[in-house]
Amino acid sequence: MKYVDEFRDPKQAKKILKEIDKLCSEITLAEDRPIQIMEVCGGHTHSIFRYGLNQLLPDNLEFVHGPGCPVCVLPRSVVDNCIRIAKHEDVIFTTFGDAMRVPGSDISLLDLKANGSDIRMVYSPLDALAIAQKNPNKRVVFFGLGFETTMPSTALSVMQAQKQGVDNFYLFCNHITIIPTIKAVLDSPGMRIDGFLGPGHVSLIIGTQPYKFIADDYHKPLVAAGFEPLDILQSVWMILKQLKNGEAKIENQYSRLVHDEGNASALSPIQEVFELREFFEWRGLGSINHSGVKINAKYSQYDAEIEFKLKEVTVTDPDVCQCGEVLKGVLKPWQCKVFGKECTPEKPLGALMVSTEGACSAHYSYGNNIDLINK
Amino acid sequence: MNKKYKDKKITMAHGSGGKASSDLISDIFVNTFNNDYLATMEDQARFDMQSGQLALTTDSYVVSPLFFKGGDIGKLAITGTVNDLAMSGAKPLYLTCGLILEEGLPISTLDEIIKSMQKTAEEAGVKVVCGDTKVVEKGSADQIFINTAGVGVIPQGVEIHSYSAQAGDKIIVNGFIGDHGATIMQSRAELAISADIDSDCQVLNHLVEAILSVSNNIHSLRDATRGGVATVLNEIANDSKVCINIKEDSVPVRVPTRGVCEILGLDPLYLANEGTLVCVVAAEDADSVLQAMQQTKEGENACIIGEVTDGPEGIVALNTLFGGNKILDKLIGDQLPRIC
Repeated sequence: MKYVDEFRDPKQAKKILKEIDKLCSEITLAEDRPIQIMEVCGGHTHSIFRYGLNQLLPDNLEFVHGPGCPVCVLPRSVVDNCIRIAKHEDVIFTTFGDAMRVPGSDISLLDLKANGSDIRMVYSPLDALAIAQKNPNKRVVFFGLGFETTMPSTALSVMQAQKQGVDNFYLFCNHITIIPTIKAVLDSPGMRIDGFLGPGHVSLIIGTQPYKFIADDYHKPLVAAGFEPLDILQSVWMILKQLKNGEAKIENQYSRLVHDEGNASALSPIQEVFELREFFEWRGLGSINHSGVKINAKYSQYDAEIEFKLKEVTVTDPDVCQCGEVLKGVLKPWQCKVFGKECTPEKPLGALMVSTEGACSAHYSYGNNIDLINK
Repeated sequence: MNKKYKDKKITMAHGSGGKASSDLISDIFVNTFNNDYLATMEDQARFDMQSGQLALTTDSYVVSPLFFKGGDIGKLAITGTVNDLAMSGAKPLYLTCGLILEEGLPISTLDEIIKSMQKTAEEAGVKVVCGDTKVVEKGSADQIFINTAGVGVIPQGVEIHSYSAQAGDKIIVNGFIGDHGATIMQSRAELAISADIDSDCQVLNHLVEAILSVSNNIHSLRDATRGGVATVLNEIANDSKVCINIKEDSVPVRVPTRGVCEILGLDPLYLANEGTLVCVVAAEDADSVLQAMQQTKEGENACIIGEVTDGPEGIVALNTLFGGNKILDKLIGDQLPRIC
């Protein structure tokens, strides 16, 4: 393989699209509506827009953008707690790039940085650990977020901190778990999803077995999918095939990376360092049981929640915000009351407008004017 | 460099206006920039007026790190200002050099930067004719900030503006895009990425001369610096009230630059360039301009990446590899790497 061009070959795409067209014409749903496939992961949403895949699908097939953008589902209260921590004069606050722009109740981390707080963008939690070692007189906090994909590296950093005796490193843990989230979507009233594109990188960690209940209990197909355009198209084709045959199975398209049993060496640090929270508050979706993790007692000295005596404060979303409906696939982004008006990527009201992976931001950036261009 | 500066650092005295200042000015600046205008050591440079329109521009340079693969802050300070002048079709002539130095900057570093400025100025055929130096306390600046202003003369009859693009025009770039942005990204210490990329940092005035020698129908020229090619195209589409269509498979991006972008979740169309221009030319002249560009060192990889259409005003659309379209919007804030 020279690069990833093999997974971006327009000729192959045309072939699969033809097959998809054919399958779609052969599937009849009980209700008169388009077939809806939810891509759970924000990375898929990004690829779909990046390559304009949504424009290439037949009219009776739609993507519904799911809750899998970890930045988008961050509640205001968490951002507010980040701000509380980062305001301490002896703190260097570190996090991933696009978490910096998420609005809290008043300001974002980017705003606070402009006010003079020491907030640094890192590419790995290990960078944060290195900053802690270089600045022994500062308390260095890493704001850990993301699904199972980013959990192992955060857990390993905490283990490294202990191994190397770094006692000025703290983790503000806001990692979330995918399974309870998909379950919440499946249980929500008005749910109309016919099948799922399973999150490729989460599946790389947890495997495909944890999805089994989706097929067994809810009778929906899920295909663990890669992120290149051909990966996505092939996965859609696999879902449609199941729908046509009246099947509901868990399949793995991303087999070059994902194994059914997951990755044991990535799972073991997660189990070593974290434990499930009773519940986690999501922006848009509200509280979901067991959907987040926190640092366990063994590693509590690295827990920023304890070090900074953080209280759990719930800050409700603004009334006008309809992020929840969009996340559950009930509303399309442009059907939200404030989309493109009070809520734009420049001044995001809801988190779906914040990250380029957010369904609303992607629609705002890529979706508008497309019809005009295509004419 | 004069031996007396070996292992010496900039101190507040170098900005005091006293002996330390004047020694530094004559030893480092006047010696290196070496021209009659500067040598008079007057408060201003004086030169005769020429016919045609005068073009005047200024820019400040604050890049970190100071030295990177393919260039340094000194080279940038010349190419940036020379290129801004050249984009009007002007022949760049004279530059100024304003320096803000942080106390503690090694004088050898300053010397290296000034030498790089002079070397680049020679390549461009311009002279640095006056300057100013200030020193600020440690912590008040990041080693060295440079401002250069420049004047040039636009030949009679040359009218190139960002508002002059017309439906039917072709869009040409002079080579691979995004190399400067990718180089800077990967040379920042905290990123453990190493790819074989050099900044495209180069003067473009000779390339512009070559373009103008074969066509009187150049409608717009922009160097695609901060915000990259996509931002410049948006400015042209806005100012000219036209739609621009870019074909993704025509946009030249080096494999290592693509790699850095893939890893960091960035788009090369939005990465900064320091030696890349976007040329909007009437369709009938597009081929001759392309050939003229390809015969220069700066334009050997030039290619047509799209065209101006009468679609919706102010919109830049990218026709993707798959035949779908997406809007190339203006960048909101900085490009921030994606989490996963």
